[in-house]
Amino acid sequence: MHKQRLAVIMAAAFAGTCAVSSANAAEWEPTRPVTFIIPAGAGGGADQMARLIQGIVTKHNLMKQPMVVVNKAGGAGAEGFLDVKGSAGDPNKIVITLSNLFTTPLATGVPFNWKDLTPVSMMALDQFVLWVNAEAPYKTAKEYIEAVKAGDDKKFKMGGTGSKQEDQIITVALESLTAPKKFTYVPYKGGGEVATQLVGKHVDSTVNNPIEAVSQWRGGNLRPLCIFDAKRSTYTDKVTADMAWSDIPTCKESGVDTEYQMLRGIFTTPGATPEQVAFYVGLLKKIAEAPEWKKFMADGAFNQTSMSGDEFKKWLEAAETRHVGLMKEAGFLAAKN
Amino acid sequence: MEDIFSLLHGFSVVLTPYNFVLMVVGIVLGVIIGVLPGLGGANGVAILLPLTFSMSPTSAIIMLSCIYWGALFGGAITSILFNIPGEPWSVATTFDGHPLAQKGHADEALTAAFTSSFIGALVAVIMITFLAPIIARFALQFGPAEFFAVFFLTFASFIGASRGSPFKVVASMCLGFALAAVGLDSMTGSLRLTYGSEHLLAGFDFLIAVIGLFGIAEMLSTVEGGLQFRGTHATIRLNVVLETWKKLLRYWFTSIRSCVIGCWMGITPGGATPASFMSYALAKRFSKRGDNFGKGELEGVVAPETAAHAAGTSALLPMLTLGIPGSPTAAVLLGGLMIWGLQPGPMLFVEQKEFVWGLIASMYLGNIVGLAIVLTCVPLFAAILRVPFSIIVPVILVICSVGAYTVNNNMFDVWMMLVFGVVGYVLQKLNYPLAPLVLAIVLGDKAEEGFRQALLGSQGGLSIFWSNWLVGSIMTLGMLLLFWPTIGWGISKLRSTLGGTPAVANAQSNEKAQTSH
Repeated sequence: MHKQRLAVIMAAAFAGTCAVSSANAAEWEPTRPVTFIIPAGAGGGADQMARLIQGIVTKHNLMKQPMVVVNKAGGAGAEGFLDVKGSAGDPNKIVITLSNLFTTPLATGVPFNWKDLTPVSMMALDQFVLWVNAEAPYKTAKEYIEAVKAGDDKKFKMGGTGSKQEDQIITVALESLTAPKKFTYVPYKGGGEVATQLVGKHVDSTVNNPIEAVSQWRGGNLRPLCIFDAKRSTYTDKVTADMAWSDIPTCKESGVDTEYQMLRGIFTTPGATPEQVAFYVGLLKKIAEAPEWKKFMADGAFNQTSMSGDEFKKWLEAAETRHVGLMKEAGFLAAKN
Repeated sequence: MEDIFSLLHGFSVVLTPYNFVLMVVGIVLGVIIGVLPGLGGANGVAILLPLTFSMSPTSAIIMLSCIYWGALFGGAITSILFNIPGEPWSVATTFDGHPLAQKGHADEALTAAFTSSFIGALVAVIMITFLAPIIARFALQFGPAEFFAVFFLTFASFIGASRGSPFKVVASMCLGFALAAVGLDSMTGSLRLTYGSEHLLAGFDFLIAVIGLFGIAEMLSTVEGGLQFRGTHATIRLNVVLETWKKLLRYWFTSIRSCVIGCWMGITPGGATPASFMSYALAKRFSKRGDNFGKGELEGVVAPETAAHAAGTSALLPMLTLGIPGSPTAAVLLGGLMIWGLQPGPMLFVEQKEFVWGLIASMYLGNIVGLAIVLTCVPLFAAILRVPFSIIVPVILVICSVGAYTVNNNMFDVWMMLVFGVVGYVLQKLNYPLAPLVLAIVLGDKAEEGFRQALLGSQGGLSIFWSNWLVGSIMTLGMLLLFWPTIGWGISKLRSTLGGTPAVANAQSNEKAQTSH
């Protein structure tokens, strides 16, 4: 009896210390203003998301230290990632990533890898949609792909953001269906510009993210053919007079078996302790609950998958392997020098 | 008619005390941002953007766009006083603005710059008010080939208008192209000319180059000249504004031409920087006193400032109606729109009337208030030059270094700025013009991008640059301007031979007549 009681007391005491220590651990907070690095230019998708996060943190007072947003877009984002990689031991720094986390080191040979950074959370996945001009005769993705296949080689122009980045990867993936015919891929600086070029008929199709093209869709200038996801979008509110995001068929169901989504995730510096990572995970969870965030997700038809910890690392491993495969297939790997 | 009512409603939105205070705060902040080199309008707006999330979208855009107007005004101040352009589009203002300041006419130059800015912006806003929907569609005509044609026209007008050796202009421009090529090649996605250095990944930032080439080089030559700066003896005149306005009336035609160039470049959207350069080059070509340009000619301040502001203002039109930003600042504002929950694009004018017309009304009022603020401060700004230069040089050097650092938060940029300073000084001594170098750094990669995108589309055929009336006429105009000196020389040569032949014939016939006697 006594022994048992002692054991209970011991257990309780042990649990107590654990609770105290975990409470201590959760109490790590940034000691200086937090630098939030954007490895992309001002005005783009990653930039918008980062500035929204900064705005939510400020508005809802989620952090004692202020958050400073810095664009480091040089070398397709390499500048920003190298900065974070070189800031080991300074946990007051985070970075938002897009697919260039995987593609830039492969395409340019600049030495960094996601494993050089400390993963925090995946905030969402950004969708890609195949768009054509509303005046084009193609009503489905299949019709369009057939037309490319039947036309002259390189006759159809695909506009996209950046070179050897996500938009071109998707284009190359589509070419496996149009073979032996290829697209002429025309790289532009930003997604909004790509959408406008499609409206002006300077290109034949794009794979713009929803938020980049939505206003032109609503204006009746563009037509979505299919979404590059395994499942249809979950947003059922009408965006145009008669269509919602959920009404766009997946590419697979329209006979074009291609899938691609882009990571919108947050990382911190190498060597960050679990307590420090826990702080940011908690912070980002609070941000994801803010009404402004929810509205942003719906406007941009984001896939709201979010994860952190080991699950996130596993996802990253798989995504990296996939990108290496895609880039190798497309012949986008930098020559080793 | 409906538009006028909407606009009047817009005025009533802007004139609420809260929005009016935001407007004044925005302009003052903007002027400060424009004055500090490195902290450009785009950075300034981006930094303040999160503060606006708690405001209504209309109040937020009023404040942020007023920062933009303020920065447009402020950019001229340091260009004229210290030869340091705070913004890319102020570079052309230094060409004549700074020599004027050196002659002791800083106050006139400032008044001319501010007034021209105001006129440019006003004309652009009036155009936006009445022609928005018609003109907006025009921007859609612009594909890669058209963009390249516009940049080509800018380069061509600059080479054609240059004094001195055209070879030195071309050499200087080529150096600029080479510098612009450093970093990521956006067409192939691979790095070039970085030699494995992490610092060169982002290429050479325009601001770093310009602070060095203009600001630091200028200080080096002032130091060399024993710190003599004639501007210090300028008397402060309080009625300078009215006197300068009288002089400005003479340049009405330059103003109109610059407005047209500016509006066109803003809509297309080529942007404020090419507009200011092109306008300066054309003013120089067509002015009676063209040879005096670069030595302190008021007209040389009027032309670039008018065009830059007409372009900067009309750049907001493609942003609102199409979602294409015509300038870096417009790009940040665009991001802001989306965060406030507004989608720029064709539906904005239909669904968000209050927002759009509030913004347009704030363009009118913001520019009027802005002009009043900066003009009252002209004597104050000019008085800065009365501080002995031995005190001012170190202060400017510090401000420049801080500015260069803030561009990318990178110490390497500060060293680069100093290197550019020495390069600029040497080039000046060897009589190489700096303007084409800077022009090439700013527009080089965009021109290259347009050129290569166009060629990708045409499978390498150059005929794409004459494939429709729009691109064809811009390219032809560019060619004409580029070879103007040669053509002019050819015509005069032809004239002299044509005129010469009859003279010789006469002489011969005279001789014949004489011999026959």
